[in-house]
Parts: sequence; C-alpha cells; structure tokens
Amino acid sequence: MSSASSGAMLEVGDLHVAYGRVEAVRGVSLSLAHGQIVSVIGPNGAGKTTLLAAVMGLLPSRGTLRFEGEDLRGLDVEARVERGLCLVPEKRELFGELSVLDNLMLGAYARRAGSATLRQGFDVVYGRFPRLAERRRQRADTLSGGERQMLALGRALMSSPRLLLLDEPSLGLAPLMVQEILAIVRGLRDEGVSVLLVEQNARAALESSDEGYVLETGEVALSGASHSLARDPRVQATYLGGTADGE
Amino acid sequence: MTPEVALILGIDGLANGAVYLLAGLGLVLIFSVTRVVFVPFGDVAAFAALSLAAFETGRMPATVWMVATLAVLALAVEVRSLVVRGESRRIPRALVGWGLLPALPCLAAWAIAGRPVPALLQVAIAVLLVVPIIPLVARVALQPIADASVLVLLIASLALHFLLSGLGLLFFGPEGSRTAPLIGGALSLGGFGISHQVLLMVGAAVVLSALFFLAFERTIAGKALRATAVNRIGARLVGIRPARTALLAYVCASLLAGLIGVLVAPVTTMYYDSGFLIGLKAFVAAIIGGLVSYPLTALGAIAVGVVESFASFWSGALKDVIVFSLLIPVLLARSFFSVHEEEEEEIDE
Amino acid sequence: MTAQARHRAAVAVLVAAIAIAPLLLGKFGVSLLNDIGIGTLVALGLVLLTGIGGATSFGQAAFVGIAAYATAWLTTAHGASPWIGLFFALALTGLAALAIGVLTLRLGGHFLPLSTIAWGLSIALLFGNVDAFGRHTGLANVPPLKIGAWSLVEPPAIYYLIWALVGLAFLFNHNLLQSRPGRAIRSLRGGAVLLASVGADAFRVRLTLFVLAALLAGLAGWLYAHMNRFVSPSPFDVRASIEYLLMAVGGGLGQLSGALAGAAVVLLLKNVLQDTLPLLTQRAGQLQAVAFAVIFILLLQYARGGLMGFVRRWTRGRFAAPEVDAARFADAEPLPRRTLPAAGAPVLAVQGAVKRFGGLVAVDDVSFEIRAGEIVGLIGPNGAGKSTLFNLLTRTLPMSAGRIEFLGRDVSTLSQQRLARLGMARTFQHVKLRPQMSLLDNVALGAHGRTRSGLLAAGFGLDRVEERRIIAEALRHLGRVGLAGRAHELAGSLPLGTQRTLEIARALAADPVLLVLDEPAAGLRRQEKHSLAELLRGLRGEGVTILIVEHDMDFVMKLVDRLVVMNFGAKLVEGAPAAVRADVRVQSAYLGGHDATAGGAASEARS
Repeated sequence: MSSASSGAMLEVGDLHVAYGRVEAVRGVSLSLAHGQIVSVIGPNGAGKTTLLAAVMGLLPSRGTLRFEGEDLRGLDVEARVERGLCLVPEKRELFGELSVLDNLMLGAYARRAGSATLRQGFDVVYGRFPRLAERRRQRADTLSGGERQMLALGRALMSSPRLLLLDEPSLGLAPLMVQEILAIVRGLRDEGVSVLLVEQNARAALESSDEGYVLETGEVALSGASHSLARDPRVQATYLGGTADGE
Repeated sequence: MTPEVALILGIDGLANGAVYLLAGLGLVLIFSVTRVVFVPFGDVAAFAALSLAAFETGRMPATVWMVATLAVLALAVEVRSLVVRGESRRIPRALVGWGLLPALPCLAAWAIAGRPVPALLQVAIAVLLVVPIIPLVARVALQPIADASVLVLLIASLALHFLLSGLGLLFFGPEGSRTAPLIGGALSLGGFGISHQVLLMVGAAVVLSALFFLAFERTIAGKALRATAVNRIGARLVGIRPARTALLAYVCASLLAGLIGVLVAPVTTMYYDSGFLIGLKAFVAAIIGGLVSYPLTALGAIAVGVVESFASFWSGALKDVIVFSLLIPVLLARSFFSVHEEEEEEIDE
Repeated sequence: MTAQARHRAAVAVLVAAIAIAPLLLGKFGVSLLNDIGIGTLVALGLVLLTGIGGATSFGQAAFVGIAAYATAWLTTAHGASPWIGLFFALALTGLAALAIGVLTLRLGGHFLPLSTIAWGLSIALLFGNVDAFGRHTGLANVPPLKIGAWSLVEPPAIYYLIWALVGLAFLFNHNLLQSRPGRAIRSLRGGAVLLASVGADAFRVRLTLFVLAALLAGLAGWLYAHMNRFVSPSPFDVRASIEYLLMAVGGGLGQLSGALAGAAVVLLLKNVLQDTLPLLTQRAGQLQAVAFAVIFILLLQYARGGLMGFVRRWTRGRFAAPEVDAARFADAEPLPRRTLPAAGAPVLAVQGAVKRFGGLVAVDDVSFEIRAGEIVGLIGPNGAGKSTLFNLLTRTLPMSAGRIEFLGRDVSTLSQQRLARLGMARTFQHVKLRPQMSLLDNVALGAHGRTRSGLLAAGFGLDRVEERRIIAEALRHLGRVGLAGRAHELAGSLPLGTQRTLEIARALAADPVLLVLDEPAAGLRRQEKHSLAELLRGLRGEGVTILIVEHDMDFVMKLVDRLVVMNFGAKLVEGAPAAVRADVRVQSAYLGGHDATAGGAASEARS
C-alpha cells in the first residue's frame, strides 16, 4: 500500500506515536483517497485509537501526516477541525449537561454558520436520526448508549466534514444498529466524504470499506482491498472467527 | 438577640452575601473552564476599590502602572510563544490584544484623573481599569502550565495571590480608604432603615446573575464556554480553543471583580489586602456549589453572609475562624455527593 | 562507584560539614543554620506527605504553631519543664492531626488541599484571637532548653540538638520508606484501588502519614519556641505554610534530601533578599513577598522537580543502579502459605449479579461458578459488561443486586481489601504499577496483606527479619515470571507486555487462592502471549484457580477449561471452549448480525 499517491486525501507516512512511555504506533503508513472508506482493524491495544488521535492532533507524532497535500503537523486540533477533519472518539466526548440541540449546534461551531445553514444541518441530522429530534431538548447524558452514538455521529455531521475519523462506532450497539450506522457511513462516502474507520467488529468493517489495514502491536501487519482481506486466511483465523489451528 | 437585631443582622448578611455571590460566580466561572481555583480574585476587587478611592481624591490610581507592567510582561510572553511556534505573522494581532487593549483604560484613567468628572464615569473607569488584570496575570503565570493538574494550578494560584497582594502594597501603600456611597440615602420600612447602598448591592447581584445566566444559555459564546467546562476534549474536537474560552472566562471574572470592588468600597474600609478575606469567603460559597453549580453557589453565598453576620455578633474576633471552619463540613458533604475519578497526581514530573 | 556508595559518601561529607560548621561560622551563620534545621523538619514532613504520599497540605505551619504555642503556654503559664513541654506539644499536635485527618483525608481530588487551606487559616486565626495566647502580642519569656546543668540558650548549643534531631528524623524516614509500610506509602499515588487490591487500606495509610508529617512539624515548633523564646501568630499563617511548601517543591519533592536542599536554599535566599533589597528600594519588605512569589511561579513552570530533581537527572546516567544479590536472601525463612482448596471445590460463586448505572443496566442477572484448579475465561465483545462484572467480583464496585460467595463465604458487601486478604488477587486492564519503584518493590507490595510490620517498627529498624522474608518471596515470584535478573530496574522502563507479567508476579506474591486477570493479553505480541499462556498453565498445575477476563477469543480458546460468554450485560452461553466457539449465538455476537449461513461460509473458507 503505497502512500505516494498524489491524489490522496490523507497521507500517513512512517508514523510513530508515543502514548505515555510506550510507543503505541510504530512506523504506520496508510493513504486514503477522496470519497473512500478505509477501515483499520486489529486487537485491543494494537494502537488503532492512538493512530486516530495522532491524525487528529490530540497526540504528538513523528513522521508524515498530510491532508490534501498540506502538512498537518504545524496545526493544532482546532485548526484541523477547521480544515474539515472530524473525529468521533471511542468515548464520544459529548457535552453531557447540554441538550441534544446544543450538542448539535456546537458541532457546527467551526463553520461559524448562520442560522439558515444550521437549520439545514439540523434537518439532515434529524432526518437520519429521528430519535434525536424527539429528544432534542433533553440533556445528552440522559440518552441511552445507542442514542449517544447517534448524537456523536450527528454532531460530527453538523460540521460538514471532509474526512471523518470514526473510532469503534459499533461499540455497545445492537447488530441492527451497527448495520444502520454503517449504511449511513456508506451514504456519506457516496456524497464525497472520506472515512477512516477503526473497528473491532472486523467483518462489518471490511464489508463496508473499500480498503483495509490490519494493525497489530502498533504496526501494519496486512493491508489491501477489503474484500480480499476478508478472504485472507490469516485475517479469517484471527478476526473473523475461524479456527485457531494455524498458530 | 431581639427580632430587630436579628433583622438588622440578616440584612447585613444579605448585603455581604450579595458580594460573595458575585465573587462566587466569578470563581466558579474560572474554575469550570480552566480548573484553576483563582485565589487572587479578591485582590483584584480590592484594586478596583482603591482605584475609585484614588479618583475621588483627585489622583491617578497606581493601578495604571500595574496594568502597564503586566501588559508588557504578557506581551513579551505571548510574542516569545508565537515566535517559538513559528507563527510570527500573528504578532501584530497580539500587540493589539495584549498591548493596545489594556492600554485603553489606562489612558482613560490618566485622562480623567484630577478632573471634575461625573462620579459614574469615575466608577466606570475604575472598573474597566482592573478588567485587564486577571487575563494578563493568567497569560503570564497560568497559561504556560494550563495542562497541569488542579493541584499545581492551585499552588500557582496561591503564589499569584501573594504576588498581587505584594504588588498591591507596593503600589497602593498600607493605608486604607473608603469611597463615597454610590447612592446616598436610605429606604424606610416601617420605622426601619435599609440604606440604598445595600439595596444597590443586592439589586446588582440579582441583575448580574440574571445576565450571567442568560449569556450562558442564549449566546453561542456562552455555550462554547459551558462546553469547554463540561468536556474539554469534546470542545477541542468541535474546534473550540480552550485558550480562547479561558480568556473569555478571565475577562468576565475580572469584570465581576471590578464591580464587586466598587460596590464594597463605600461600605467597608478597603486596604490592599482586604480582598483576600472577601475572596476566601466567596470561595466557601463556591465550594458549597461544588465549584460547578451557579444556583448552589448563590445559595451558599447568602448562607455565608448570614452566618458571618450572626457570628460577628456573637464574637467579633472569632467570626472568621467560624466561617472558615465551616468550610470543612461543607467539603465533607461535597465530597460525599460527588464522584471523582482517581487521578495520579505527579507534581514533579 | 555504585549509587549506594556514592550516596553514603555524600552523607558522610554532609554530616562532617554539619558537625564542624559552628566552629567555623559566626553567631549569625549558626542562627541561620538553626533556622534551616527547623525548616528542614517541616519540609521533610511535606516531602513525605505531598511528594511521596500525594496529599498536598497548605497548613503545615498551623501544626508548627500548635506545638509552639502548646509548649510556650505550658512552660510560661504553668512553669513546666520544656521537656514536659515536648511531650505535651507532640501529643496535642498529634491529636489535632488525627482529628483533622479523620475528618478530611477521605476527601478526594482537589477537595483535600482546599480543606488544608481551611483549617490552616482557622487555626492561624485562632492563635491571634485567644487571650491566653497573648493575642497578637504573643507569649514571651519562654524558657530555654536545659540538659542537666547545661543551658541551650546560645545558638551553637542548641545547634547540635536541632541537627541531631534532623539526622534522626532522616534516618527514621529513610528506614520507613524501605519497609512494608513504606511501600504502601509510596503506592498511595497509585490510587486507593491499587492498595486495596493488595489488602491495604489507603485511608489508614494516608492518615498515618498525615500524623507523621504533623509530628515532624510539631517537633520543629517545639524547637522554634525554645530557641526564639517567643511565639506570636505571624510565623504560623498561610504564608508560612506556602513557604514550607516552596522549600519542599524547590528542593525536590521526589526525595527526602529535597527537604534539606529546599530549606537551605529558601532561607538563604530570604536572607540575601533581606540584605540587598533595602539597598534598591524603601519598600523592601513587600518586594520580598513578590520576589518569592515570582520564584515559585517560575519554579512551577520550568523546574517542577526542584533542585534535587536536577541532581537526580544528572546522576541517573552516571552511576549504576544497585544490584540485588539474591543469594543474600536465600536463607530467609519463607512466609507462611495458605492451604489451597481441593480440586473441584467451589472457589467463587456469583448468583444473580446486577449492576445499574442510572437507567443503564450494565450487568444483567449473571450467575456462574468457578471451582478450584480450573482456568475460567470470561469473554464477550467490547461493551458487553465484562469489566463491570469484573469490578463487581473484586468488590471494586458495589452490586445493585445479587450475591457473591468466595470460598463458601458471602462476600457481597465485603470491602476490597478484606477480600484481597481472603485470597483473591487481581491484575488491572490498565496496568497499575508504581513506575518509580523497582520491580522488586512492586512485587513485594503484593505481600502486604500477608505481613504485619507497622510504622514504628519500620522506622526504628525493628522489622528487618520480616523484611528479608518479604524480599525473598518477591525474588521468588520474579523468578517465576522470568524477571529475576532485573529486580532493581524501575517498573516504568518496562514494555507493556512485561509490565503485565510483573503485575501477575505481584498478584502471586499475595499467595492467592483465586487469581483474577483483566485482559492480560491486550497489547501483547504473539510471542508474549505464548509465554503468558505457559505461565498460567504452570500456575494451574500448582493448584491456583484462575479467572481471565479477555477480549481476545483466540488467546483464551487454547488455555481455559471453561468459557463464560457475555453480551449486552447478560450471560449468553457457558461451556467448554469448542462448544462455545461453535455456538451460533456467540458467532453472531462477535461478528454482528449475520445469520448462520455467513458463519457457515467462513467455516467453509477455513477448510
């Protein structure tokens, strides 16, 4: 998987990220084209979340990090948000004490949008997640797990992102809900939003993405087109529930 | 203790409580956004009071020199930080923000000093003169360690208090002063007098709290501030810069401190270090609110004011001891009701 | 030269210098050194309490004041001997610390330091407002100390007493930190849960430390009163407390020597400022406070490790770390061991466990049993409730409903530390080691619940026999996990996989009946997982029962005797690994919403 493609939206080259005293990401390279969904799978502790955090700027890193040709490394998190990157972290990081409406409104903060644009944004989000519309005046911390996930995704959508970074969107969700979320993600891709998807549910991730990377202890162990990865015997054995005879 | 005495004490307590309420709001505002327990809050209020006193005696307040010095320091720190980060193109903006803006109230103060101007103008300039102080001090001393633990920030804050009160003594001298009442006269209620000044204090507290509440609930800047307080990472992820919201919080708190100073100045003799005790009692109120809840802080402030009033009746010398000792059961109750995660606090790493 | 030899040499030089100083310096210099000695005692308490114990106090000056006023009052108003005054002062200070500590040390987070401001202020205000203490004038004519006929009025005379006491205090604390209670104190910053998991009560440890720090301050106060022969409120207010904190932070909170370094630097600086500032300005007194504040702020921004922090960093690379010679401990008698239950006997029984967080049901009526000698795996997708259930079992979280029995005993409401002492040892998903402590010390902490030496025994060096047994035990377990040769290394320098192994060694040091492991394989490489599995099989062979909570289905498949699968907070399936793996419900839980045909396609592709 070469990171030299000039048309790439996101280029990550030989990235090293330290998390505390440990080097959690060691020389990872990947690239994401426009309008593409790339998934990153791997076991717990493999460095997937750290990778996303570094792309977003929450953690310092060494190596190449370019978005639409621009070097991200001089930019702080907020500047990256302004450029169109948007991270939905594993812990969601919602504003618990604020209402659903306020959470969504703040999602568009970086756009400095006028009320008309905001209105449009709300319509889109409520259209996709009717339950949020019902609960728009409720405090975010009174929502159920699945609803919080919807709100986190809705808040991300309000920022009209160019590149969406999703950290374990399926966490704690019922299978049906997971399918819904992934369908929404595919819909976004069709509208031109690129998505970098980190998932523990390897099957669902590979089925929804164009390309995949397998991360193990901070390094890329395998990569390729998602449908070929899904048929790769090593991936099947480790992540898709095959037998463990070949160890 | 007759009912009349109790009423007088109660009203006195209410008036003091109004002051503690405003100060408590300022403390909670700063803490919720920056995790700093801003101990020198009261010192800034005292500076406003002393500035007003200076105007009334026809002098230019020494605060002008204090603000000027702080502005130079803050500018130096900001410019250095910009250069180090390779953002030198932002220097002109920094010059305006950290240099020009603080200079404006200083120029105004210089302009009106010794001239016959309406009292209201003097009050306004006295307040505006201290507004730059908290943001400037925070830029120099606290922002470089903004990500440190609450504990380190608390130690820094305490050091700042000694710095500011030391500067206060240096610039204002040890003498105390009392200003003319903002509103003269008194209200008569069934043979019973409540001074207009007291009414003003309580009224100001009510109005300002309402404005505070509205700003938080209705404006996007207010919501961004609340968001930063509620979840700092979440705020960054939607593009809200913590340093900017911190600045907003510091400016608003400074404004509150200024208002408190001019409200209290006619009622008590203010010395360069009178602010500390006011700040501490407001702090008790803020703790009753858990450093997060404004309504509880307001209630706590009134409670502190009233308790202090009655305690001073019982023993003038020990009233402060009583008020501060009350902090302990309050802390206990607070800790009991709040869930806190275990933080590994390493001061020295 | 090893670090230990260098250390001893430095101490020897220091002691010699202190011994001959009064012969070389004039009266003024000796007075200054006396002040430094007294300040060192208070700063020492702060280094222990704040630096090592992690509890900041802004009120130590209040304890100095309590002792000073106590002895001053007793010796002036009642004419007692200053030596009686010492006992009285220490008793009063200790009692005050005990009362304040009991009330406030359970406060968490930032509430604790705030409470120290509260009582620090109250007590300081009290001194100035009570008639018996002379209010703001204070108490004068406090008698000097006398040893026999020899009066310690002159600075050089009391000098040796002060520094002898400083020396003894250092020795006591040095011994303390290398002992069983010392390890518990050094682990306070790891959190209450860590201490509870080895059978220690964090609150009691912290309270003991608090009282110790207060007594050191009290000793300083007694010396102060009889040296200056005059007490007034101002040296005991919040400003003085901040000054002591500055000494500790400036000298370096991480080590005992920081107290001495800090006290020396701060007091010398104060003297220099007092001499030079008046030359610059008339308002010298105020500038001094400003100058100190500025220095403190700069310190917090640039040098939080303090003076000794610099020294430590400088010496770290230059001197070899002390080796631990295992042979020296070979003859230590082993610690007594538990009798493990017979194979198949019930060890842990969970009945109907429920945990609700507000409206969310994280654990929904889960029941299962673990019998002696087996390895049981608890698995499920992320968010299934495994960690919550784990916390219920180890009593880290209270259950909303249900019952837990351990070794036939109802432990549903037992505290974590009592449960740990009964024989349940655990590891953590996010490793809780003490990074600044050696591997040996980290493992030795595990034996806390099996041993008994207390603070006084440790300080006076009376615990050496038990300590040797503990070290021998720790070395044994380090050897078991293959880390014996690295006993002296710092735990923070290990890679994650080795850290997890070290935690298991610590758990083993508790001589457990049941070992409960939280995602031990997370983040491990293939080879490390192999070694871990080997280790666990070996332990089962020795009769230890093991419960593993894991996300990695593959790792547990070959290791466990039985699997319990959770999903959405409830128990999905329980049984032998092969059966569980083939179960359609388990497959769909992990793979997400696909029907049996998809699972069948995968198994076709396999073969």
